[in-house]
Amino acid sequence: MSEVAVRMDHVYKKFRKGEVYDSLRDLIPALAGRVFRQTELDQNDSREFWALQDLCFDVKCGEAFGIIGNNGAGKSTALKILSRIMRPTKGQLQVNGRLSALIEVTAGFHPDLTGRENIFLHGAILGMGRREIQSKLDQIIAFSGIEEFIDTPVKRYSTGMFARLGFSVAAHVDPEVLIVDEVLSVGDYLFQKKCVERMKEVLRKGTTVLFVSHNLKHISEFCDRCLMLQKGRTVAIGTAHEVVATYLQHSRRSLSDSRETGPARIAQTTLRSASGEISRFKSGDFASLDVEVLGCAPCKRLTVAIWMTNETADIVFETTIERLGGGSFNLDSGDTFRCTFEIQFNVTSGMYNLFALIYRHDTQTVYDECPAAASIYVSSADDVRGTAHCFPKVTHQELLRAPDRMTLVSENAADSAEGDPTCV
Amino acid sequence: MNEDLRELYRYRELLYMFTYRDIRVRYKQSIMGLFWAVLMPILIVSAGIVVRYAYAVASHRPLNKADIASVAVKSLPWAFIVSSIRFSCSTLVANQNVVTKIYFPKEVFPLAAVLASLFDMTIASSAIVLFLLLVRIGWSLQLLWVPVLLMTLVILVTGIGMIISAASLFFRDVKYIVEVFLTFGIFFTPVLYDIQMLGHRGEWLMLNPLAPILNGFSDCIVRHQAPALYWLAYSLIFALTALVAGFVFFKHLEPAFAESI
Repeated sequence: MSEVAVRMDHVYKKFRKGEVYDSLRDLIPALAGRVFRQTELDQNDSREFWALQDLCFDVKCGEAFGIIGNNGAGKSTALKILSRIMRPTKGQLQVNGRLSALIEVTAGFHPDLTGRENIFLHGAILGMGRREIQSKLDQIIAFSGIEEFIDTPVKRYSTGMFARLGFSVAAHVDPEVLIVDEVLSVGDYLFQKKCVERMKEVLRKGTTVLFVSHNLKHISEFCDRCLMLQKGRTVAIGTAHEVVATYLQHSRRSLSDSRETGPARIAQTTLRSASGEISRFKSGDFASLDVEVLGCAPCKRLTVAIWMTNETADIVFETTIERLGGGSFNLDSGDTFRCTFEIQFNVTSGMYNLFALIYRHDTQTVYDECPAAASIYVSSADDVRGTAHCFPKVTHQELLRAPDRMTLVSENAADSAEGDPTCV
Repeated sequence: MNEDLRELYRYRELLYMFTYRDIRVRYKQSIMGLFWAVLMPILIVSAGIVVRYAYAVASHRPLNKADIASVAVKSLPWAFIVSSIRFSCSTLVANQNVVTKIYFPKEVFPLAAVLASLFDMTIASSAIVLFLLLVRIGWSLQLLWVPVLLMTLVILVTGIGMIISAASLFFRDVKYIVEVFLTFGIFFTPVLYDIQMLGHRGEWLMLNPLAPILNGFSDCIVRHQAPALYWLAYSLIFALTALVAGFVFFKHLEPAFAESI
């Protein structure tokens, strides 16, 4: 299993900014001009920029590898080079095995063709043979959940149906290396769940997966290792949890750098558990959030508020020192105020953000806000969905057969007695 | 290049699917349906009758049915040339969604354009066969040349199609240049007239690699004689060169498609 599936070896990619000659009418005068004026060449150099610089990584067979980074970090360029749509300016790329990409899953669709025809068309674009598609046709249609409309031209489909059909086809290619780019956000909640399940299945089969997403939860959940890109350069590479933590730190830092200073500001926030500063918790774990406030000018009746949001930015809880009975405090220039909140994460698995805010509670004037005091990932062994984890358990279950079927059940009791505890 | 060909072979089903799509989409939504395939040949034949009639009047010679049949026979390959070149010119840009997103050998686009036009020609040829039967043009063993001529034509058009499709991706005005050539090309290609009508200077027009092929169709189907072999060999060599050059050119530019489109 230690065989290398994908190797990026010092890959560079250069793009040219600004206008590119896309007609002969423009090109010919430009070429003629270049013969006479040597300066043209120097100008071109300054208009180039490197979308990727010295990208180096290995992905082992069967490994799930994540790539994260802000917009414009070079993720898409990396993927395009991986899928051989673009050629690197410098460096080597090595891919062992059939590669398929779950990018823009509806790109191959033709609006005038029916769903069924598009399955064949898109399947062929993704490199499947007709016989292979034929054998998977029922599976694909069932997965997409649009059996009813499969013989309707796809131009009459809703956006969701369109995307679902695209994903279904793409998800049934059996590649050795799979590239996934932000496609798990297709369709409604149930379909997304199905996509995630499908991804897990693909991983179980031993497929190598390269995963690009802004959804850090998916990255933490699926990936063994992860790469973080920033402005075309590698910032961090390592286990998914480490890199996700680095990424969160980076984005927190860039957010807090842009803050203005008021009469009081939040100097530091630290989230720690009994074992030190961490960002991963299990449902029901306790943690302490330290908030340090620095006074820059005299101010009165201050209090600290904290709140937590989930991935969809809904507030999970929100409170203040004052509301918890701690009252308010006054600060002079140079004073420091420290407080610690104890929090129990009774939430379902996912990414959460903690925020802190300092404000004057009688006038409701906000002095400083810490955009993301901490970002955490909560995991849960139980499959409980929703926001709060109330630790539900099954303590009793029984099945009572209808009286008229009693005779039938007892006749078969001998066969099913082992598996069915309700048979009498 | 060997590697490229092997890859193309692996994606043969995709070529089939794109051809199917192009044909299906063209025939599905149009009111004319299959009539579309015969429309252009019918117009060419009508134009040919006008030209031939004018020539007959000017030279005080009767207009015979073989001349009309000759125009009819040549109209099909010409319609095929025009439609495949026009189609391959726009196909990469029209499919840029896929070109920039998914990896596969992109030459399937011009190839599918040629194959879909070949399908049109097949449909239209049934109408021409009917016409030839009606005017009782007869048949001979020379008809065995037809597959050779057809092959030469397809090879030539495929080569040109690949060059033009790749070039039009980089330079958007290539399609206007191509349009001009397709519009006026019929004057430099013996479709409506015969080379013989121009006297011995007409030989110069045979340098147009399409001329020996079209002449060949008319020779073996209408006049029951073998095509001019030297000229046919010239066309075949030209066609093979165009195909190899087109393929190499296309493959050389292919990695830059996604960035330049």
